[in-house]
Parts: sequence; C-alpha cells; structure tokens
Amino acid sequence: MTREMTGAEMVIQALKDQGVEHIFGYPGGAVLPIYDELFQQDQIEHILVRHEQGAGHAAEGYARSTGKCGVALATSGPGATNMVTPLTDAMMDSVPIVCITGQVPTHLIGSDGFQECDTVGITRPCTKYNWLVRDVNDLPRVLHEAFYIATTGRPGPVVVDIPKDVQFAVGTYEGPQNGRARTGYEGYRPQVKGDRDAIRKAMDLIATAKKPVFYTGGGVINSGTAACQLLRELVRATGFPITSTLMGLGAYPASDKQWLGMLGMHGTYEANLAMHDCDVMVNIGARFDDRITGRTDAFSPNSKKIHIDIDPSSINKVIRVDVPILGDVAHVLEEMVRLWPSVSHQVDKTALKSWWSEIDHWRSRDSLRYRPNDKVIMPQYAIQRLYELTKDRETYITTEVGQHQMWAAQFYGFEEPNRWMTSGGLGTMGYGLPAALGVQVAHRDALVIDIAGDASVQMTMQEISTAVQYELPMKIFILNNSYMGMVRQWQQLLHGNRLSHSYSEALPDFVKLAEAYGAVGIRAEKPDELDDAIREMINVKRPVIFDCVVANLANCFPMIPSGKAHNEMLLGDDVPEQEMSTAIDEEGKMLV
Amino acid sequence: MNAQLQPTGSAYFLTDLGNEVETHTLSVVVTNEPGVLARVIGLFSGRGYNIDSLTVSETQHEKHLSRITIVTTGLPSVLEQIRHQLDRLVPVHQVADLTVEGGDPLERELALAKVAGTGEARLEALRLAQAFGATTEDATLESFVFQLAGRPREIERFIDLMSEIGLVEVSRTGIAAVTRGAEGIK
Ligand SMILES: Cc1ncc(C[n+]2csc(CCOP(=O)(O)OP(=O)(O)O)c2C)c(N)n1
Ligand SMILES: [Mg+2]
Repeated sequence: MTREMTGAEMVIQALKDQGVEHIFGYPGGAVLPIYDELFQQDQIEHILVRHEQGAGHAAEGYARSTGKCGVALATSGPGATNMVTPLTDAMMDSVPIVCITGQVPTHLIGSDGFQECDTVGITRPCTKYNWLVRDVNDLPRVLHEAFYIATTGRPGPVVVDIPKDVQFAVGTYEGPQNGRARTGYEGYRPQVKGDRDAIRKAMDLIATAKKPVFYTGGGVINSGTAACQLLRELVRATGFPITSTLMGLGAYPASDKQWLGMLGMHGTYEANLAMHDCDVMVNIGARFDDRITGRTDAFSPNSKKIHIDIDPSSINKVIRVDVPILGDVAHVLEEMVRLWPSVSHQVDKTALKSWWSEIDHWRSRDSLRYRPNDKVIMPQYAIQRLYELTKDRETYITTEVGQHQMWAAQFYGFEEPNRWMTSGGLGTMGYGLPAALGVQVAHRDALVIDIAGDASVQMTMQEISTAVQYELPMKIFILNNSYMGMVRQWQQLLHGNRLSHSYSEALPDFVKLAEAYGAVGIRAEKPDELDDAIREMINVKRPVIFDCVVANLANCFPMIPSGKAHNEMLLGDDVPEQEMSTAIDEEGKMLV
Repeated sequence: MNAQLQPTGSAYFLTDLGNEVETHTLSVVVTNEPGVLARVIGLFSGRGYNIDSLTVSETQHEKHLSRITIVTTGLPSVLEQIRHQLDRLVPVHQVADLTVEGGDPLERELALAKVAGTGEARLEALRLAQAFGATTEDATLESFVFQLAGRPREIERFIDLMSEIGLVEVSRTGIAAVTRGAEGIK
C-alpha cells in the first residue's frame, strides 16, 4: 500500500502494519503529532504510564511474555533519557523493543534547543541499532526495518528518533512488504541454520559422554515455543541432566526428574557440581555469564564444550568451546533431535547410571534447605506457599532485584516458557512492577505477580497508578525484610558486617499506600495467616500490594562467592556468622 | 582444559596479559551513514579494546560504502572478539583481519612534518629528507614542510630523527592497508 500521509500518520500506520496492538508511552511536546494520530484511531491501545522507565519495562514484560515485539513511545530530552535504563536492560537480556522518541525539529538539532538531547548518541551503546530520521520519505522504511532488526537474529531494543517537523511533513508511505528488501544493510544476515558438520560432531560427543549436562539459557526461550518443545524431546530422549540460567527458567519443566534446578551464583549444589564435574557440556542459548561461571580458569575443567548460539560474538567470548554451532536454537535442536536415533546406540548406559547416582548424592544435600520458623514468615516459605497456591492457574511471575529475586528463582517452579520475567543481565531494581503491568496488558485474565523487595518496589511504585487506571489486576507481592537484603548479605560477607546504608529506613505503610492509589492493600505477618492472605490476593480482581513481612536477616544460599569455583560453594547450613566475613578473599573482594 | 586458556573481558579476568599480545590490522567495510564511525569507536572504548591507528574514507561512492582500517593490539582471543563484535554492528558489511588473511599485508601511511631551523641543522634536515625520499611541500628561510609516505616504521624513524633537529609539528594520516596478490576483500 502506498499513500501520501504525514510522518505522524506513518508511525501509526506502520505500527498497525506490523501487527502492534498495544504501546506504552508518555506524551510531550516533541511527540504531540503522534499523540494526535493515536487519538484519532482505536486499533492500537495506548497505555499511559507514569514515568518513561515504566513504559520501557512494561514493553519488555509484554515482549517476554508473548514472544512479540514491545513498543514504547516517549518525548525528546528527558523522555528519551528516562528510557535509557529499560533500553540497556533489554539489550542485556535480548528483548525485542521498538522505542519511538520525538526530537526537536531538524533545524534546531545541535542548538541546545528546549528538551533537546542527543538521543541516538546516548542510546547508541544500549540499542541493537538506532536511527535519527531527518527525511519523512525515509520514515516508512526505517520503521519497518526497526521491527525487523529488533526481532530477528539475537533480539534487542532499537530506537527511532523522529524530529517534530518530520512528524508534520508529508511523504509517501509504503507498507512492509512493498517490494523492499527487509533491510538496506547487506551485512545484517543473522545465521539461522546451524552447520551440519558441527552438529554431527556435537551429536557424537553427546552420545559418547559419560558425564553429560545440558546447560540452557534465555536463547531457548527467545527462539520460541518450538525450541522449548524440541529441547524437552532431546533431553528426554538422552536421559541427561539439565540445568538452566536465571534467564532460561521455564524452557524445561521444573517438576521433571531430569531437572537439576538453576545453576550459578545462587544455583543448586547439584547443578553447579554437575557443571564442574561433567565431561560434556551442552550450552544451548546461554552465554557463560560471570554469574554462571564463577572463576573462569576453574570452570568445568574436564569437559568438552558444545555451544549453540545465534550470536557469533557470544562464542569463545568468556570460555573457549570445542564445538561452536552458530544458529537459531530451534533449527539446531530440530537437527539434533533428528540425528539422535542414529547415534544413540553409542550411549554408555552404565556410565550414565553412575553419573546420575553421583548427582542424586549431591541432590540429597538439599542445598535449598532453610530453617523453618513458626513465628515469623521465612521468605523462602512465602515463595513456596505462593507457588503452591498459584501453580494450577495461568500465572506469570516478574521480579525486582535482590534476595527475593533469587528466592523466587529457587522456589517457584516454572513449567512453561514466557512465564518468568526478571532482569538478569542488568539487574535493574524497579523492573518487576512495570514489567508485570506489561504482562497483564498482554494477558488480561491471567494471574500476574511481581515478587518484589521493599527497596526495589519503591523505584517504580508510581506505575501502580497505571494499573488502577487500566484496571489491570496485577499483584505486587513484597517480601518485606526492611533491608536491601542482597546488599546487606554482601556487606556481611565482604565488609565486616558494617551495614552501610542498607537498612530500609522510613518505609511507607504499603497497605495504606495501596489504598491511596485506589488499589487493595493486604498484609501478612505470621506464617499461619499467609495462605488465607494469598488466597484473598488471588481472589481480588483488582491491583493488589501485598506486604509480606518476612524474617529480616535471612540470607540467600547456596552461594558461590565471587572469585570462587563451582565446587567452592557456600551452603546455608555451613556458614556460621564468623565464617561469613572470611568467605571471600582479597582478590574476590575486587569483583562484583 | 580452560586452566591454560586466558579468559577475556569478564569480571574474573585476574591473570595479567603477559606478552602474548599481537598487533593486527583490520579492514571494516561499512555503510557510510551518520554515526557509523561513532558506533565503531564506541565499541572499542566501551569494551576496552585498543586502537593504535584508525583511518576512514568512502571507497565505493555508488554503494555509499566506507572502508575503516583499524590497527589494534590484544590477545588472540580478544582480537577474535573484536572481529565478531564489529561484525555484529548492523551497518558493518564485512570485517577482514588482514594480518591473519593476508599474512603480511601492505601497510602505508603518509606524514607531513614541519621542521624549523637555520644553519647546519637546516642542512641536515634537508639531507635526511632526501635520504628518506621525502618531498618538500613548503619552504621558508627558516622552515620546511616535508611529506613522507611509506611503511609506518619508516615514518616513525623519520620523525624520531627530525625531532632532534627542529621538528615543530607532525600530522599523520594513520594506516591504509590491503592484502598482497590478486584477491581483494571487496
Ligand atoms: C537500580 C539499581 N540500583 C542499585 C542496585 C544494587 N542492588 C542490588 S540488590 C539491592 C537491594 C534490593 O533490596 P530489596 O528490593 O529490598 O530486595 P531484597 O534483597 O531485600 O530482597 C540493591 C541496592 C540495583 N540492582 N539496581
Ligand atoms: Mg528488602
């Protein structure tokens, strides 16, 4: 379709042509023409947030829970700078976001005009790509290209910066399929199919492994539901153990007997020791992040490593691998599942059996164990109860960042992909509440819960007002320990228990705060009132802030201290107070 | 197995570089559009890679393609990362490591050197320039501007010598490079 229209109309038309149903945004002078066009149509629903950061994280939650592209809209200057955190977050966690920003008119660019900032300059390192569109006739191509680049290859955020005069200017609109190449950039060709020889080589390694482990990450989820299905088939066919990063939870069902739990800094004993002792490691869509590897020179010293990733720069970045396979996880897994019957006769069943008995021995340590308490709510217990009371519903979980995030990852079992939204790479406090908003917009009838911390939740609390406005019945479940618990835990470990500024002084009364916003406030302070309070939260069809008052000083274990190897984990029951302060050595203290 | 390998770019990079670093010349073909050079340079500074020399110019006008030549130093694994990270940039069409692919690529640079002085120093400057095959682009009674094109190391030596006898300023283009033989990168 070709038609004359203004730049602002083009924006709306392109969004429609790209199948966008919801966008998250906040108006201002430099985007008023676009808002005017939004007003005159009702195909796209605009969700008015309270802060642009909220729009960005909401778009992330929307994208991660649907597999679609999230869209955010902000004005120039402060609107654009407020987007920097969610863009960086989406960049780190490979979330497809198209962010449209207004810019001062082209003739004012560079003059320090009112609400001018160098948006493409500021967002260059935190986007997959960005454009400043100076000519209205480039706008349709750029907008379609933006969706294409955000969603293909390794997904990521993009920014389209549109000066106000370009929004008013009239040009020729072309639809996405109008004979144009999908991108003018010849160098942009994500490799989808894996190399056959490499896959064959990998299959031979896998079939002859004596101590194999699957180590999966967010790439499986990004690759789509087919990838998750194929992963399940391959893992079940091989009978091998499987663990996953924080980002990959849900790709493989947590209730399955081959599941070892999450790995990494706060992963289970069995998952980390299996990684350390394995002889063949199959990394599928994970990136050897430092939270996973611990000390790299002691990382899984005796294994051959296979790494499947769509991004060539992720391969051999941190850990040298033996068989790199560049390609989309779903395509590669499909090939692997197809090849498995032709190599499976080589499997050493006896070796596999003794590997499993080794793993079972580690499992029996029960590394997530904690001391139950019948007077105060233990945070782990709160997550366990939340899980038990919500697992049979269509439930989506988001989190903030801190101990509560790790407890959620450890104690909430995910059976399906796209049900778990957390800020992994950037670790953004304030992510979970607006992300939950975005998830609830995409899944109106689902149960959406942000497992929050008392400190994090105050970073983007204002979005509860958005939830009230749009009648989004999301639940903010605060594990209120009156501390920045994770900071305090590190201060206990690293800084002689000097709790510098990690106490949550002057906390608001979260129940009253909820009521002030027109939401529902619920509080639980004792273990025996918890279940009823959670049930009440589920049954209220309105936004809820749940103040779950938990044990103040609980710490999150197991833990691999910085600079240590996987087999040097701290377990909860063997860390007496005095040992906490010596658990990390001088070199480790330098690390984050 | 990883015990012998150097981890790169991670927070756990506790081992020192040693002297295994190598210097490589990369050729990067990019779409010539606003911001593309900032993208490439930002990648190097943001990820802590070195730039020893950088030159850029549009080389294919009809296709709006520019060629960026970068000389960089790092561990082999870091150099591999640099290549992949560059390749990941959307407007990058091609990345070639000339030092790997071309064995011994041709690398040339041009320098303009202003030398001031009188008497014996002035004569010596002129003699040196002649010996290096530099041309005289400007002259006054107390100064010369010499132009020298050649291997970077030769230019380095020329400038070192001139600095003893009145070098006032120097401007260098940075390195242009191509592989030897019939094959071209684009
Ligand atoms: C925006 C931002 N600022 C600072 C940090 C560093 N940080 C990590 S966890 C944490 C404390 C979180 O406290 P809370 O939300 O109460 O969670 P808890 O650990 O107590 O469960 C802080 C300050 C961060 N991750 N993000
Ligand atoms: Mg807290």
